[in-house]
Amino acid sequence: MHDMAKHDAVAHHAPTSFIGKHVFSLDHKVIGKQYYGMALLAALVGMGLSWLMRIHLGWTNAAIPGLHLLTKNGAPGDVMTPEFYLQLMTMHATIMVFFVLTTAPFAAFGNYFLPIQVGAEDMPFPHFNMMSFWVTFVGFLVLVSSFFVGTGPTLGGWTQYAPLSAIGEVGGPGEGTGVVLWALSIAIFCVGQLLGSLNFITTTLDMRTRGMSLWRLPLSAWAWFITSCMGLTAFAVLMPACILLILDHVAGTSFFVSSNIVINDQMQPHSGGSTLLWQHLFWFFGHPEVYIAIVPGMGIVSHVLITNMRKPMLSHRVLIYSMGALAVLSYMVYGHHMFVSGMNPVSSLAFSFPTLVITIPSTIVVLIWLGSLYGAKLRINSASLFALGFISMFIAGGVSGFFLAQPSIDIMLHATYFVVGHFHLVMGVAAMFGIFAGTYFWFPKMYGRMMNETLGKVHFWMSFVGAYAIFMPFHYLGLAGNVRRYQAFSPDYMQPLIPLHKFITVAALFTGVAQLIFLYNLIHSRFWGAPASDNPWQATSLEWSTPTTPPPHNNFGDKLPVVYHDPYQYGVEGSAGDYVMQTSPEKVTTGSDEA
Amino acid sequence: MATTTHEPPKIEGQPERPDRQRPSGNSGNGGWRNMVPADGKLPAVKDYSPPPSSTGIWVVIASITMTFAAFTSALIVRQGSALDWGHLTLPRILYWNTLVLLASSVALEVARRQVGAFMSGSQPRAAKPTRWLYISLSLGLLFVAGQYVAWAQLRSQGLFLATNPNSSFFYVLTAIHAVHVLGGLGGLIRVIRRMNLSILRKSTLDATAYYWHFMDALWLYLLLLLWMKI
Repeated sequence: MHDMAKHDAVAHHAPTSFIGKHVFSLDHKVIGKQYYGMALLAALVGMGLSWLMRIHLGWTNAAIPGLHLLTKNGAPGDVMTPEFYLQLMTMHATIMVFFVLTTAPFAAFGNYFLPIQVGAEDMPFPHFNMMSFWVTFVGFLVLVSSFFVGTGPTLGGWTQYAPLSAIGEVGGPGEGTGVVLWALSIAIFCVGQLLGSLNFITTTLDMRTRGMSLWRLPLSAWAWFITSCMGLTAFAVLMPACILLILDHVAGTSFFVSSNIVINDQMQPHSGGSTLLWQHLFWFFGHPEVYIAIVPGMGIVSHVLITNMRKPMLSHRVLIYSMGALAVLSYMVYGHHMFVSGMNPVSSLAFSFPTLVITIPSTIVVLIWLGSLYGAKLRINSASLFALGFISMFIAGGVSGFFLAQPSIDIMLHATYFVVGHFHLVMGVAAMFGIFAGTYFWFPKMYGRMMNETLGKVHFWMSFVGAYAIFMPFHYLGLAGNVRRYQAFSPDYMQPLIPLHKFITVAALFTGVAQLIFLYNLIHSRFWGAPASDNPWQATSLEWSTPTTPPPHNNFGDKLPVVYHDPYQYGVEGSAGDYVMQTSPEKVTTGSDEA
Repeated sequence: MATTTHEPPKIEGQPERPDRQRPSGNSGNGGWRNMVPADGKLPAVKDYSPPPSSTGIWVVIASITMTFAAFTSALIVRQGSALDWGHLTLPRILYWNTLVLLASSVALEVARRQVGAFMSGSQPRAAKPTRWLYISLSLGLLFVAGQYVAWAQLRSQGLFLATNPNSSFFYVLTAIHAVHVLGGLGGLIRVIRRMNLSILRKSTLDATAYYWHFMDALWLYLLLLLWMKI
């Protein structure tokens, strides 16, 4: 330990008032928990919306009691209208992608643990950090408010393709005020994430303690750093796109609406805009967003697995290089979302090639995980189970990506449930499993109490079986020609598929119940869980070196830690057992069976 | 079975983060410099390195660059897909505004050097750099006012935001740039306030100056883009 060099940009006294401590807090740990709480709330809303959609898809004309409370005109007699189904679908996707999959693994865990893992007392710009959360939360409120204004939320899907998204109410319920609120919400969200990325990058580069070289950062810290670099560039592009979309609505400009478009028998007043322009801008953000959602999960899962394997990964550096390669390539593949857009076929080919190339770092990451797991005496607990589940989902969802990377196959499958199954597994469920792995692993440090392991394992197995029961049949549905975004399956050839939809709906409800078990476990353990020790998993990285659990206001008391080792010294002969912490000055002798 | 011995890092007795300490008196990035004035007249000026603002400002600049790259690509795509693309004569005041913004940057640079001299003890009084900071701030405000005059001139010609794609991009690009300039003016006001309270860190001034100079470069780029494309 060495004397703490107080950092003016960071140092702030522990707040004493309730507002300063829990609401407008500058403490990265509180902000991380606020992000987690918001993501949890958003996930519950998003899951509730998915339940409503699934019930409607299984039993199209069934009344859902109380549904009319969510909409003025979308549920006469509590039966969902086609338009309201699309509105729910849009809100489900937007909430889950932006306010759950982006915020929980990146902003929530990253805020809480990145400064601690690098050995800092806080992020360098705590006011910006606080603004980051509150701006994001305002974005969430703006989005949800669209349920209660005008004709409700937008129905254009989370991609908000022009021209439908840019022409106003003539496009359908929610295409006026709903779209404006959607775009405003996302633009606000972008500002919040840019402020967050600024803090994450500077924390990683400038706030590391003595001895903490970049290569000594844990894989989770690397993942957050790489993600913040992606966020910095991706959200900086989505924000101007949203500004232009809002202007098309409120100022009558023609950025995204071309000439002579007739919608609902009405000639649109716009001229000369490019509908493809929106898609380019959106997907330049959209595909990196996939990795913004999944790369933190990769880091968290690697961190959790190593601790439970009691040995490092086959190659720490190759794993980091691969995550970096995913980040770089993610900007070069975005056009594969536009194979059916009317884009030049040569462009499709140009985007298809890097799409296939990006499978290489993905495969390397998976092989490192599997190779490292081979022969490991893995501790089975809720966190490691969800980490294994993450790998399973990532592989299962990734394999279908090989098919979709090829334009000739994608053209047939693009608008079907095959794609829905693909992205739900590879970025939705996998990222959620990463969040769960992180929650079970870090909860003891965050709250000083252990989560219930039995409930955790029940949660895992129900979620694991349930997720496959929901999303694997999606692939079959897609191959059978089941078009996505239909609210009912009236064509003859889809009729035989309805029983399968009913099965999926039951599986979705079953999986949802598992999440309620998780919620109960989370709340119960927060107040009544068994007390946790400072290092319950016998882990090595700095978050387990804090003087108290949860960590004190400035993380390490009056002394910042000094780092002596790589992050994962497991399977070694140390004074504490089979591991040596990063802060331990003792010499380490490591053995390697492979060497 | 191979065995690897990891030696602890040799840090005892070494100055903290020796790789990041530089002797004072260099020009360039103040984040690498010792920022305690020789005479210690600014007690709140701390010695630590590197100040996060010296990294953070480049992160901010990268982000803004991406935003305007997106606007630029939108302009190029929109122009390529349109039959309604015309020509717009840029208001002459924009060129005067350019000179005002550049002059503001020069004033800030003079102030930055004088603050550096003050902190190193060679400049005894803080009043002179503060005067230059006020000049920079005033010129920045004048630039924003000049941009408003340019918008007013266009409006008087019947060219509004939605009149045609040229005017749309003109208003959007100049307005978004002006918003960023206003952010820089906020930074300048903060610098002046901290200067008056004797709690200014050199790194804060440096970061503000880099941002302000970047606003110059960005404006020159936008002016060129508008001149060529609009």
